[in-house]
Amino acid sequence: MSATSARPSHAAQPSGGAFILKKALISALVALVLFSLMIGVRTEAGPQGGLIYWTRFGDLAALVATVFGGSIIVELLRQWWGPIDKDSLVPKPVQSAMSFAGRWLAPALLVFAFLVPVIFYDQRYILDLSILVLTYVMLGWGLNVVVGLAGLLDLGYVAFYAVGAYSYALLATNFGLSFWVCLPLAGILAAFWGVLLGFPVLRLRGDYLAIVTLAFGEIIRLVIINWQSLTGGPNGVSGIPRPTMFGIPLDNSDSGLAARLGIEFSPTHRLVFLFYLILAMALLTNWVTIRLRRLPIGRAWEALREDEVACRALGINTTTTKLTAFATGAMFGGFAGAFFATRQGFISPESFTFQESALVLAIVVLGGMGSQLGVALAALTMIGGFELFRGLDQYRMLVFGIAMVLLMIWRPRGLIGHRAPTVFLERNQAISSDLVKEGHG
Amino acid sequence: MSGDPILTVDRLMMRFGGIIAVNELSFTAERRKITALIGPNGAGKTTVFNCITGFYRPSGGAIRLAHDDGRTIQLERLNDFRIAKQAKVARTFQNIRLFPGMTALENLMVAQHNALMRASGLTVLGLLGLPSWREAERRAIDLARAWLDRVGLLDRADDAAGNLPYGDQRRLEIARAMCTEPALLCLDEPAAGLNARESGGLNELLLSIRNEQGTSILLIEHDMSVVMEISDHVVVMDYGVKIAEGTPQAVRDDPKVIAAYLGADEEEAIAVMESGT
Amino acid sequence: MDYFAQQLINGLVLGSIYGLIAIGYTMVYGIVGMINFAHGDIFMIGGFIALISFLVLVSLGLTAIPLILLIVLLVSMAITALYGWTIERIAYRPLRHSFRLAPMLSAIGMSFVLTNFSQVSQGARVKPVPPIITGGYTLHEGSQGFAVQLSNIQIMVVLATIVVLALFTWLVSRTRLGRDMRACEQDQTMAALLGVDVDRTISMTFVIGAALAAVAGMMYLLYYGLVDFFMGFVAGIKAFTAAVLGGIGSLPGAMLGGLAIGLIETFWSAYFSVEYKDVAAFSILIVVLIFMPTGLLGRPEVEKV
Ligand SMILES: Nc1ncnc2c1ncn2[C@@H]1O[C@H](COP(=O)(O)OP(=O)(O)OP(=O)(O)O)[C@@H](O)[C@H]1O
Ligand SMILES: [Mg+2]
Repeated sequence: MSATSARPSHAAQPSGGAFILKKALISALVALVLFSLMIGVRTEAGPQGGLIYWTRFGDLAALVATVFGGSIIVELLRQWWGPIDKDSLVPKPVQSAMSFAGRWLAPALLVFAFLVPVIFYDQRYILDLSILVLTYVMLGWGLNVVVGLAGLLDLGYVAFYAVGAYSYALLATNFGLSFWVCLPLAGILAAFWGVLLGFPVLRLRGDYLAIVTLAFGEIIRLVIINWQSLTGGPNGVSGIPRPTMFGIPLDNSDSGLAARLGIEFSPTHRLVFLFYLILAMALLTNWVTIRLRRLPIGRAWEALREDEVACRALGINTTTTKLTAFATGAMFGGFAGAFFATRQGFISPESFTFQESALVLAIVVLGGMGSQLGVALAALTMIGGFELFRGLDQYRMLVFGIAMVLLMIWRPRGLIGHRAPTVFLERNQAISSDLVKEGHG
Repeated sequence: MSGDPILTVDRLMMRFGGIIAVNELSFTAERRKITALIGPNGAGKTTVFNCITGFYRPSGGAIRLAHDDGRTIQLERLNDFRIAKQAKVARTFQNIRLFPGMTALENLMVAQHNALMRASGLTVLGLLGLPSWREAERRAIDLARAWLDRVGLLDRADDAAGNLPYGDQRRLEIARAMCTEPALLCLDEPAAGLNARESGGLNELLLSIRNEQGTSILLIEHDMSVVMEISDHVVVMDYGVKIAEGTPQAVRDDPKVIAAYLGADEEEAIAVMESGT
Repeated sequence: MDYFAQQLINGLVLGSIYGLIAIGYTMVYGIVGMINFAHGDIFMIGGFIALISFLVLVSLGLTAIPLILLIVLLVSMAITALYGWTIERIAYRPLRHSFRLAPMLSAIGMSFVLTNFSQVSQGARVKPVPPIITGGYTLHEGSQGFAVQLSNIQIMVVLATIVVLALFTWLVSRTRLGRDMRACEQDQTMAALLGVDVDRTISMTFVIGAALAAVAGMMYLLYYGLVDFFMGFVAGIKAFTAAVLGGIGSLPGAMLGGLAIGLIETFWSAYFSVEYKDVAAFSILIVVLIFMPTGLLGRPEVEKV
């Protein structure tokens, strides 16, 4: 609750075989009760509409046995590792290695990103996946302005993503506006909605703000579902025009890029173009954010996260400062949404659920609040990891949820645990994230 | 009580539910002088500060600020950040409120927010990196550097504020308030938690702020050695009302004041009396 | 008028269910200061366990409906409570003193786990049950053939809610555990120094919250006659909205907020449009918070500087 709360002491950690066995037995017993009905009995709607059920005691026994064995292994590991202390969880050498890696990691990643279409030109799947990862990197960087820098908890970020996507989709399909005209419009509209929501609610504190943004996200989604005449309702909008390379379409028509260059048409051309488009958009987001952090507005955002009362005492208009953060984040979300719409060619409300907001938030928090590099790494880990588990099929979300819990327990402050100062006199030294506040608004 | 008041507090009232924390309090603070507000714990001193600096909206009364250029601002009508921005009143807090995750230098840069916002063309010029913005930023850094030097923290400029020792944090908070270039500086117990050497340094700092910057200072302080040494005028509060005011000497010998401190806390009363002798 | 009375009844019943879930949110928030995003899924699990235990009991040959319902209630409360306990133990306790957002994200992850656990273990299809409690009363026979109905199941939901709430109020206000809980809410360090077992108290908070959610889950099952793995999300968000509307941290507020959300939803569906009932509920939340930033019964936050 508060930082001053008593910490549990690690002093008396009993050990020994009997203890481990007892613990494993308790775990197994708990698992037995938890899973007895949920796993042991399987229900299904029967052919006549009534419910039928059958038992699966074998599965139940296997699962309980797994918990028993797992508990022993975890306990052994824990004793071998020594008392679990947050500091020893990530050894100091690893930490310093990571901060060292941070220095060359960013440029290396950037170079790699530019080379992806070259290296993986023949692998559609990897290109598609990279585009997806970059979309989330951009969303993460956008939300990072709100959550990471300004310390405002936004649980409805996906609303702005949706506004951007639908702005482009509707403007393009109804008025035939081109992607390049719509892109700024999508950003502006999303920012406008951000201001509209932010203006009345940004004086709310902490979790009240969180629930209001969550509610706003749901409102936008429900309105999209129900306003069928405009949005097509649950069926979504299809036939959204693909982007052109500044007027030159990327298809196999006579006026297409391939024909003009006299090369053979390949659908990969469009993919490569989309890849560089989202890379450019993400890098623009990053550049603007890095710039903003060094401007008074960005410093005010961070100061707001650190101490709102002190900000007011220094004459900073906290309402407009919050609003600008909110609108900036929303704008980036809107850009990403427009890109999403043009990439998919089809959008529907299903793409804009709370799960999406939670995923982007998880990327920001796992990245290490406020760290641009961390967010990129987290997006790569989460989206890439999620794809790795594609083979698991229906277990995929289950594993994803477990991974999310474990990652939070492993690194509650995120992958990159320090903050880089925005200005310095002599030494540009990172600030440990233990000192950095998380905001309460 | 002659002269040229910068701050006039006129029958200020502050109620919290049934508690009357400040009751019909009137006093003035002279321009380019150090006015001390003292009183036992819970007397309502911090509440007065909160009313002056817009954190609380007074239940009654008036607070007027007369600027050098003749403008008079009714502080009770402004609120929130406008008091610092428009009326140029800066303050520090009884429980230090720095931006702990930002460096000392960054703390002082944040304090220059309003000036820098203007210079950065509300961010647009800054985003483009125009030379005029670069120049303004350089000047802001110079001002911050100068204040860091004044409070003896130049070598800690790039350290996180939260990592500084307590006394340094107190001085940094004063430097940060001064970076807003205030007309009136309100300090809530700046010497609390400082050792004798540090509080001596603090005295010099405050005197130099008054003499060199010409800033008027309103000071809450329990440390009587500080109050006696540097204040030009002392206002004594107890239970939300003013019980005495005058020069440090006069106040120190006032039986009402001694009684108030004795009634409230024996140690403090002894401290009052001893520090005068 | 008759139509209005009927909607009032429906709204109060729905509101009771929301209120029971909302209490779990508000209790956890009051003590640990975190939004337990998995709580809606706990409610869903409660519904499932009620369903399965009901099926098992019936197939074991039990026929006395009241007895079956009592056993189902106890079993689902007990097992669901264990879910609450386990989740706190695994996903939240290690993050107790950490960064504010970490437990929240852990909770979101836990919510994914529970949703998908029940999808994987019980299948994605909706599970219908035949009406178990039937019959009711006609309160008023209207002129145009519209009658105000009060069904037995509605009576039961409201009665169960009242009984559970009475028990719960007694628990919080009169027992040692309740006192410990209130102490932890005020100041955990101080409570620990005075000999309160903080870990145990927090565990019990999750246990009680989960048990209440199980009651809500069972009522939902009986009232709507179905459960599915995704029902926790929507109900959870509504109940959380209710908790915030009532003033998060306030127990009467949670119940009041639940009733308010239930009524808003029902009346909006009845008089305006069913499609926009949730939009109405969320919009009213936003409007209320704009004017009462800490909800209906929340203590106003005074900022001491
Ligand atoms: N926001 C508030 N709500 C209710 N009561 C308050 C509030 N702020 C201050 N008070 C009450 O007003 C009285 C004066 O408090 P204040 O903090 O102004 O005293 P003080 O003179 O600064 O004392 P100290 O020397 O201990 O700092 C106290 O009784 C305090 O409890
Ligand atoms: Mg005080």
